[in-house]
Amino acid sequence: MRTTRRAALAGFLVALVAAPASAQTVKIGFITTLSGPQGAIGEHMKNSVELALDHLGRKVGGLDVEVIYGDDQVKPDVGKQLADEMLKKHKVHFVSGVIWSNVMLAVAPTVTGAGTFMIGTNAGPHELAGKMCHELFFTTSWQNDQTPEAMGKYMQDQNITDVYAMAPNYAAGKDMIAGVKRYFKNKIVGEVYTQLGQQDYQAEISQLRAASPKAVFVFYPGGMGIQFLKQYAQAGLRGQIPLYSVYTVDEISLPAVKEAALGQFETRYWSPDLKNEANQKYVVDYRKKYGKMPVFYGAQSYDGIMLIDAAVKAVKGDLTNKKGMIAAMRQADYKSTRGPYKYNVNHFPIENFYLLKAVQDPSGELVMQIQKTVFENHKDSYSAECPMKW
Amino acid sequence: MSINFALLLEQTLNGLQYGVMLFLMAAGLTLVFGIMNLVNLAHGSLYMVGAYLATAFTEKTGSFVLGVALALPATLLVGVVVEIVALRTLYERDHLDQVLATFGLILFFNELVAIVWGRAAIFTSVPPFLSGHFRVLPGLPYPTYRAVIILVGIAVAIMLWALVTRTRLGMRIRAGASNRTMISALGVDIRQLYTFVFGLGAALAGLAGAMAGPVYSVQPGMGEGILIQVFVVIVIGGIGSIRGAVVGAIVVGMADTLGRAFLKPLLATIISPPAADKAGPALASMSIYLLMAAVLFFRPEGLFPARGRS
Amino acid sequence: MAISRRTLALVAGGALLALVPPIAALTNQPFYLDLFRRMMIFAIAAVSLDLILGYGGMVSFGHAAYLGIGAYAVGIPAFHGVDNGWLQWGLAIAASALAAAVIGAVSLRTSGVSFIMITLAFAQMLYYLGISLETYGGDNGMRLAGRSRFGGPIDLREPAVFYYVVLAILVLLLTLGNRLVASRFGMVIRAARSNEVRARAIGFSPFRYKLTAFVIAGGAGGLAGALLANQTEYLTPDFMHWTRSGEIMFMVILGGMGTLFGPVIGAVVLLLLEDVLSALTTHWQIILGPILILVVLFAKRGLFGLVAGAETRDG
Repeated sequence: MRTTRRAALAGFLVALVAAPASAQTVKIGFITTLSGPQGAIGEHMKNSVELALDHLGRKVGGLDVEVIYGDDQVKPDVGKQLADEMLKKHKVHFVSGVIWSNVMLAVAPTVTGAGTFMIGTNAGPHELAGKMCHELFFTTSWQNDQTPEAMGKYMQDQNITDVYAMAPNYAAGKDMIAGVKRYFKNKIVGEVYTQLGQQDYQAEISQLRAASPKAVFVFYPGGMGIQFLKQYAQAGLRGQIPLYSVYTVDEISLPAVKEAALGQFETRYWSPDLKNEANQKYVVDYRKKYGKMPVFYGAQSYDGIMLIDAAVKAVKGDLTNKKGMIAAMRQADYKSTRGPYKYNVNHFPIENFYLLKAVQDPSGELVMQIQKTVFENHKDSYSAECPMKW
Repeated sequence: MSINFALLLEQTLNGLQYGVMLFLMAAGLTLVFGIMNLVNLAHGSLYMVGAYLATAFTEKTGSFVLGVALALPATLLVGVVVEIVALRTLYERDHLDQVLATFGLILFFNELVAIVWGRAAIFTSVPPFLSGHFRVLPGLPYPTYRAVIILVGIAVAIMLWALVTRTRLGMRIRAGASNRTMISALGVDIRQLYTFVFGLGAALAGLAGAMAGPVYSVQPGMGEGILIQVFVVIVIGGIGSIRGAVVGAIVVGMADTLGRAFLKPLLATIISPPAADKAGPALASMSIYLLMAAVLFFRPEGLFPARGRS
Repeated sequence: MAISRRTLALVAGGALLALVPPIAALTNQPFYLDLFRRMMIFAIAAVSLDLILGYGGMVSFGHAAYLGIGAYAVGIPAFHGVDNGWLQWGLAIAASALAAAVIGAVSLRTSGVSFIMITLAFAQMLYYLGISLETYGGDNGMRLAGRSRFGGPIDLREPAVFYYVVLAILVLLLTLGNRLVASRFGMVIRAARSNEVRARAIGFSPFRYKLTAFVIAGGAGGLAGALLANQTEYLTPDFMHWTRSGEIMFMVILGGMGTLFGPVIGAVVLLLLEDVLSALTTHWQIILGPILILVVLFAKRGLFGLVAGAETRDG
């Protein structure tokens, strides 16, 4: 705290005095989407960061902590400006968060280029897992393709064939179907790309029915997923043709679709019913504090803060010791909500992936439940392109 | 992929149904546009408000029909309040001022809804008695609810036509659209008339939203995606013309649906299938804009320019 | 007198903005350099739109298209290893001017709401085209390998140098725009705005003049896009989304259209409001929305009109 006399001095002097980041406080910039329809995801992430801080007694690595939240509005250039603001104005030690791949591709190099840690807690674009990997970049989530790869493997293991695949016509949509195909080698009878943000799928559903596939795979995140699932059920296809998906049904969309999602299969690295101590504490306290089910976006963000906490502890609060913190983070030595995991050379997790199913729990609520483990310690497909050695 | 007759028929029905959905939105927008000369970007917000209110009332009353029936006057009321508080003074202004102010309304309503109901989508479903299918042809089932949307749209079109051409009120509306000074001089309270027309437009948007709720995702900002397409509809049809809105909506609904369904296989017969895979979806998403540019190039006033406007 | 006063204002405004880098350096707050640079880039886009919107009465709802074309004109050569700035920026101006010529030739046949919608339609088509450019990242867009290179002392990697380049372009654009509006050409444009029939009657064909203005505005918008790509070191089709076109338009209206400084003030205020309000609350849009409405209802000539007095005509 500065004295009143100092505060009375010209503004730039104050800034000059306050400029070297105080060693007493860990500053974390957390970028996510807080406004607009996508703000539902950001809300879960922000809640989870706050819950992590509660669990840590409002200290990170034993030091005081200040989190500065930024709203990227799903725009890469706004995300980049927020990163600049956090780095240059707030002089943060860590930037974390980021939901969208395109925002991440704009933000991460800015942060690591300034010699600051970037702890991603959702987006895992392949560029950052491969050629653009960086020693200051870690993620607590996954590489984008890992999840559809797990679905591809499961469908192959079940020897499902004649699959009809659908996704929005954009980079992530194509990556998802490519990810499935990496492990799924049986016949695909149709591959359809719809308009990004499309609301009505009746035309595509009619085409789908006419192609009479044995199974359908879709990737429809957010509102697109809610609309697709409702319309799929209304077309009478639920129960007729099994539906497999990734990033389409989660704890945010389930309350909005309810029965229309019943029986849906998803693959994921985490689920609220995952049995480990850290996760149960997270899920129970999250529900108590915020009155709703947590979602994987939140679990990853919670883990992000825990990872930072472990790193700062390992260097005994010496935030200038970046080498020490990198070494500590590589151990992933903290209680993750997914259970123990390791880091690959590119700082993406090597983790398990599970098959989840939307079912009705005894109280009548629809929940995602783990059915089986599809992959144990699954590595992403791009780590070989990463030149980093440790 | 061969294009069989049943599929073509089904897709035509889909296109018709989508067109009807667009018409429900376009009717209110074109009325307000044509009569008060007001560009209302917030029409999509009224659609959203209608969807939320219908959902809330349905939950309270336990009846979908009652929920929709209550949502209509409620959205009308919201429209009237918006008209009196914010829009009344904008009729004489530039289109530009109207665009800015109504964009401000969009931001306001999106956040208001997010504060009241949260940012995540809320649950809506087709009521059980409408959730089945019926057979259009043997082997061609069609969702009952979608057929109901078509019927509601046709009923609204007929009612609007009757209102505008067969009633005293409709006469005033038509008179107000062509010469507002004259109609005021004749002793009609033009302000009241405008407020009523805006409320009617709002109720129509609310009806569209209420019908859309069970099919689409009810969430903040749900009105913006459809709004641009609705603007395309009324510009193609001719601003201010109900007949234009009907034709424009059907044309856009068909072009969009058939484009999505058949453009890729059609292209694949001309160019290589991988190239068609890439070009098909891109062209399909551009199709309605191409259509609009083409229509405006040949007929800058749209297909059915409303009479009495220059 | 009016002209000298305007020149004075221009010099004073430019000088004020020129002071930002030394102050930022003195206070050790380099972030403000980034913030003001971003504002000035959007100001350039807004000023270019104001040329046709404010002075010409052409309500283009697709101005973000040029922002996107300009950005891709930097990004695509950079992707293929061409980082020469003269070439990239020249391409940005030429390509967006060409696009504006095509769009204008079609759109200017219409007027009123049809014009608004047809310009929007073209921008949407370009947006979807951008999404389908898979080589260049599709909807994800792509990272710029490095900022444009000009050789000599002009090194855009130096934040202050880049800042002064942007400032110089803004001042140059304002000066040129000022002269253009005051010229015979500008008079025809303004005459066509207030009464197209009369302009035609006294022997001008407004179409050619309007198209020329449209092309100039497009080219300047493209340059803003090239700058934005360099600022963000990232480009995406999102630069062309219709909400962006809306934002640029709002900057013009907020600041006061048809005024010299209006668009600059509008860009600064809107971006500042977004930054400040979003730090206050996640529900910041419920505050911004009514602010926009109030500006329209009570400040008919935008913020500039509030400052300069509603009766002042500047243009």
